[in-house]
Amino acid sequence: MQVNEYRPLIVAFCCNWCSYAGADLAGSNRLAYSADVKIIRVPCSCRVNPMFILRAFQRGADGVIICGCHPGDCHYTSGNYYARRRMTALFSMLDYLGIERERTRLEWVSAAEGAKFAATMNDFAEKVAALGENKRLEDLRCKR
Amino acid sequence: MQRIGVFVCWCGSNIAGTVDVEAVAAALRNEPGVVFSTTYQYMCSQAGQDTIRAAIAEHNLTGVVVASCSPRMHEATFRKTVAAAGLNPYMVEIANIREQCSWIHKDMATGTEKAIILGKAAVAKVNLNAPLTPGESPVTKRALVIGGGIAGIQTALDIADAGFPVDIVETKPTIGGKMAQLDKTFPTLDCAACILTPKMVDAAQHENIRIISYAEVTEVKGFVGNFDVTIKKKARFVKEDICTGCGLCTEKCPQKNVPNEFNLGMDNRRAIYIPFAQAVPKVATIDPNYCTKLKTGKCGVCAKVCTAGAIDYEAKDEYIYEKYGAIVAATGFNPISLEKFDEFAYNSSKDVITSLEFERLTNAAGPTAGKLLRPSDGEHPHTIVFVQCVGSRCDACSEKGKEYCSKICCMYTAKHAMLTRDKYPDTEVYVFYIDVRTPGKNFDEFYRRAVEEYGVKYVKGMVGKVSPVGNKLKVQASDLIANKQMVIDADLVVLAAAIEPDKSARPLATMLTASMDTNDFFTEAHPKLRPVESPTAGVFLSGACQGPKDIPETVAQAGAAASKVIGLLVKDKLKGNPCVAQSDELMCNGCSSCERVCPYGAITYIEKEFRMEDKSTRVRRVASVNPAVCQGCGACTVACPSGAMDLNGFKNSQIMAEVDAICK
Amino acid sequence: MQAITREVLTAKAAALLSDGTVDRVLGWKKGEFGYDVTPGVFIDAQQIEKDFEWGDFCAPNLSKYLLAETKKTGAKVLVFLKPCDTYSFNQLLTEHRFDREKVYVVGIPCEGMLSENLIKAKAEGIASVTDNGDTVTIATLYDGDITVPRNELLPDRCINCKSKKHVAYDELLGDEGEVIDSARFDEVERIEKMTPDERFEFWQGELSRCIRCNACRDVCPACTCEKCVFDNPKSGIESKAPSDSFEEKMFHIIRAFHVAGRCTDCGECSRVCPQNIPLHLLNRKFIKDFDDLYGEYQAGEEVGSRAPLVNFDFDDAEPAEAMERGEGDA
Repeated sequence: MQVNEYRPLIVAFCCNWCSYAGADLAGSNRLAYSADVKIIRVPCSCRVNPMFILRAFQRGADGVIICGCHPGDCHYTSGNYYARRRMTALFSMLDYLGIERERTRLEWVSAAEGAKFAATMNDFAEKVAALGENKRLEDLRCKR
Repeated sequence: MQRIGVFVCWCGSNIAGTVDVEAVAAALRNEPGVVFSTTYQYMCSQAGQDTIRAAIAEHNLTGVVVASCSPRMHEATFRKTVAAAGLNPYMVEIANIREQCSWIHKDMATGTEKAIILGKAAVAKVNLNAPLTPGESPVTKRALVIGGGIAGIQTALDIADAGFPVDIVETKPTIGGKMAQLDKTFPTLDCAACILTPKMVDAAQHENIRIISYAEVTEVKGFVGNFDVTIKKKARFVKEDICTGCGLCTEKCPQKNVPNEFNLGMDNRRAIYIPFAQAVPKVATIDPNYCTKLKTGKCGVCAKVCTAGAIDYEAKDEYIYEKYGAIVAATGFNPISLEKFDEFAYNSSKDVITSLEFERLTNAAGPTAGKLLRPSDGEHPHTIVFVQCVGSRCDACSEKGKEYCSKICCMYTAKHAMLTRDKYPDTEVYVFYIDVRTPGKNFDEFYRRAVEEYGVKYVKGMVGKVSPVGNKLKVQASDLIANKQMVIDADLVVLAAAIEPDKSARPLATMLTASMDTNDFFTEAHPKLRPVESPTAGVFLSGACQGPKDIPETVAQAGAAASKVIGLLVKDKLKGNPCVAQSDELMCNGCSSCERVCPYGAITYIEKEFRMEDKSTRVRRVASVNPAVCQGCGACTVACPSGAMDLNGFKNSQIMAEVDAICK
Repeated sequence: MQAITREVLTAKAAALLSDGTVDRVLGWKKGEFGYDVTPGVFIDAQQIEKDFEWGDFCAPNLSKYLLAETKKTGAKVLVFLKPCDTYSFNQLLTEHRFDREKVYVVGIPCEGMLSENLIKAKAEGIASVTDNGDTVTIATLYDGDITVPRNELLPDRCINCKSKKHVAYDELLGDEGEVIDSARFDEVERIEKMTPDERFEFWQGELSRCIRCNACRDVCPACTCEKCVFDNPKSGIESKAPSDSFEEKMFHIIRAFHVAGRCTDCGECSRVCPQNIPLHLLNRKFIKDFDDLYGEYQAGEEVGSRAPLVNFDFDDAEPAEAMERGEGDA
C-alpha cells in the first residue's frame, strides 16, 4: 500500500455572492467534494489579481480555479465580465508559456448551484491530480 | 503584532462530528499572533458569544478568528459580538469549517487537517486586518415604486400612509395592472374592480403619492438612500392636468379599428382612448401608432370635440429627474405567449383562449358585456374544456415552457369552472390537470365546492391535442386514473398559460444592479429571511416580479416591502460598508484604468499637490474613491497596474497571506 | 538610409529653440561608437550642432522621456518622434501621464532602425557602418569592409513594421506613411503551434537567461508607474534578482499583463534586453489574443480609446474557448 499518495493542492477563489454561496449550498446539501480544494473568499471574481494566482503556484498550488457569478448575474453588474477577460488573457499566456492549461480554470457557479460547485471541484481536482505536481511554475525555495 | 483569539465552534455535532475541534484549536494556538484558542459547543449562542467577549477582555485580544459555519451565516453576529467587547468589528475573520469542511468530508482526519488549514488562512488574514469605520451618507426621504399594479399600489399606499412621499411609475396609461382586468377573485368571489378601484382612487388622492403614468424608468444612478433616477414620461398628446376624462374624444375618434389591449384584442378601441372606465388617472391618451393626425397630419377630430382644449399634438416625451432613498420593483407578470403551443390550436382557432381572455369574456365591462360567448360566432358554448399547466412545470430542457409552477392557475381555473356552472348550469365543464394545488386559506374548500357542489368534471391527465373540426374543437386527452383515452367535442377551450415576469424587468434589473434568476424573476436577498429585499441595498421587491403570486400574497408582500422601505426612510443617515476601495495617492499614476472599470462611477480624479522626495512640490492627478458610492467589488484593484488601488477588508496583502497559509 | 537628413532635424530644432516655441529638445545623442546612440536633451544650438544624432541607430523611443522633461520646464519640449513612437506618445496621453500642451511633436519618417546585435553577429571590430540604401557596409578593423543587405540588419520590429503613419504630431518632416498589414504575429503563431512541452522548453530557454536588470521595464513607455510593483516591498512580488525559474517567469508574466492592452508593440523591450530575450513576443501574444477575441485594437492609435482589459462584451469568449482556438488546424 502506498503511504504517501500524491494529493494536489488546489486554491479556489470564490466570489462572495454566487460561488461562495454555491459552496455553502454544496455543504448544506452534504455534497462531498475533494478536500484538496481550499476556498478563498473574495467579494467578486474581478477582485482576483493575476498576482494571487501566480503566488499560489509559487507557494506550491497545483491548480487554481476562479469561480464567479454567471455572466449577467454579477452582484456588481460587470465584475465577472472583467474577470473573464483578465483570466482569458492570463490563462492564454500561461498556456503560451507551456504551463498545462488544466491547472487553471474559470467557472461560473451560482448560489443555487451547490451540485455544480461540488462537481466542478471534483472534476478540476481530478484533472489536476492527473497532471501531478506543478513543476513548470514551481518555486524551489517554497517547496514543501 | 496582533493578539489573536481563536474560537472553534462545535456546532453541536455538525462540526465536531467530523472535525477534531480540540486538535484544530491546539494547532492554531501555534500560529503567529495567536495568544488564545478555545472551543465551544455553539459559538453563536449567547454563552458562546460571552466566551468570546470574556477572552477579548482577559487576553487583550486585537483580533478574533471564529472557526465555525459560513461567514454568510454568522459573520455579522460575531462582528457585533466583538464590537460589544470594544473591538473593531472588522477585526473578525471566519474560517468556514462547517459548509466547507465538516459537512462535506466524512473522514475525521481529512476534516481536521482541512479545518486547520482554513483556520491558518483566517489567522494569516486577521494578522493583516486593520480597524475599519463605515462612512455615513444621508437618506433622501422619498420612495419610487416601479409598477402600478396591485403590488405597486399597495406598497405606495403603505409608504405614503407612514408619511413619506412616493412616486408610482407605470408604463401603461393607467394604474391597476392585471387585477383591473380580472372579473372575480378567488376564493371569496368578490369582484376585482370592487376592491381594486377604491385603492386606485386612494392612491390618486393621497397627498404623499404622485402617479407618473405612461412613463418608464430610463436611468438609475447612485446607491441606497441616494438614488438619482431619470423617468421618461412618454408623450400622451393629451394634457393630463386639463383633460377631464369626459371621454367624448374616445367616442368621436374616427379611427375605430385599434385592437383593445385591455380586452386582449378581443374588441377594438379608438386611437384616442381611456383604457377602462375606472382608469387612474382618468385621462385620454393618443396612440401614436394609429392616430391619423399624428401619422398623416390630417384629422384633428379629438382636438375639435375637446371642450377643455386638452389635446396637444405637439407633445414630446418629457424627462423627470428625481432623487429617491429607496426603490421598489413591482413590475408584475404576463401570461406567456402561446405561439409555440400548436397542439392546442391557439393560433388556428378563435375559440381556444387563454384564462385571462376568459376573464375578460366573463367580465361585465368586457367585450361581451359579461355574457360568455364564443369569440368565433358569438354563440353560447355548451362544452368547455379547461387545460391546466400550459407552459408551466415543463421539462428543464423544454424550450417552450417554464420549469416552475405558475401557482395561481389551479385556483383561477376552479373559479372559472365554478362561475361558469353557476351562471350557465347547462354547460359541461372539464378541467384537465397534472395535480390540483390548493395550499392557501380556504383554497381547497373552494376547489372541492367546484367539484362537489358545481359538478365540474376534473380529469387527471393532459390534453394531447385540440383540433378544430367544423365549429367544434375536438379535444383528445387521456384520463390517467381511468386509464383511458378521451375525445371531447368542445365549444371552447381555455388554456391556463404559465405566467412570466414582465419583459421590462430585465433591463430594469440591470439599471438597478439587482440580480435575477434564470427565469428573470428578481432574486431576493435571502429566500426565506429577506424575501422582499433585493441583494442590492435600497432596492425592494413587491409582487409577482419576485415569483408567481396570487392577490393575497402579493398584497402581503407589498406591505412587507413598504415596511422595509419605511424602515430605511426613517433613518437620517446610513452607515456604509467600510470594505471599499482606497487609493494610495503616492503610488497612483492617474492613468484612469480604475475609473473605467468602476461599475458605480465611484472613482473620480483630482489634481493634488504633493511634496516629492527631492522636497519639490508637484501637482499630480490622482484617483479618489467616494466611499459612499463604492460597493467594494475590487474591479479597480486589478485594473491598477501599480497596485495603488487596494480594497479594505480584502487587501492584496491579506489575500496573499491567505494563499500563503493555504499553500504552506 | 533614412529619408531625411540630420541637418533637416538640427535646423528645425535650432529654429524652434530660437523663436522660443520650445526651450528644450528631446532627441538622440551620439555615443562613443556609431551605433550606441542614446536619448539626449539639448537646450541650445551649440549642443545640438555638437552632439545631436540622426540615423540608422536612433532607435530609442523618446516618448517616455517626456514624463520627466515636461516637468522640468514651464515652456514646451520639442520631441522628435518616429511613427511607432507616436503610438506610445498617444498611449501616455490616454493615461494622463503628461500635459500635451507642453510638448511640440515633430514627426519624422523612419526607414527602420538597424540592430546593433545583428551587426555584431556579422562582423567583429566594427569601425563604422555606412548605409547605402539597400545594403549596408560595415567597415571592420580585421576583415575589411563587409557589405550585407540592409534587410538582414533590421530587427523583428522593423521587418514587421506595423505603421509608417504618425498618429500624433504638431509638424511633420518628410512624407507621411501608412499603416502596414505586417506579419508581426507570425512568430507568435509559430510558438502557439508548438506542443505545450516545446513551448515550455522554448520559453524556459529564453527566460532563464534573464538577469533581472530591469532594462525592459525601464525603457518601456507603458511602464511609467510612480512606483513599480517589483520595487515595492508591500506588493508581495517585489524581487531584485532572478533567484529561480519561477521568478523569471513571474516577472515577465506580470510585466506583460500589466502592459496588456496598453502596449503599443514598439519593441523597445527586446531592443534593450542585454540577453536578447524576444520579450516582444510576450506582449504580442496579448495583442494577438485581444485582436482575435475582442476585435482589433491598437493601443495609442487614438487618445482616449478604451483598452481591451478595461472593457467587455456580454458574449466574450470563456478562457477555455479562447485557448481551444485554432487547435483543429494545427
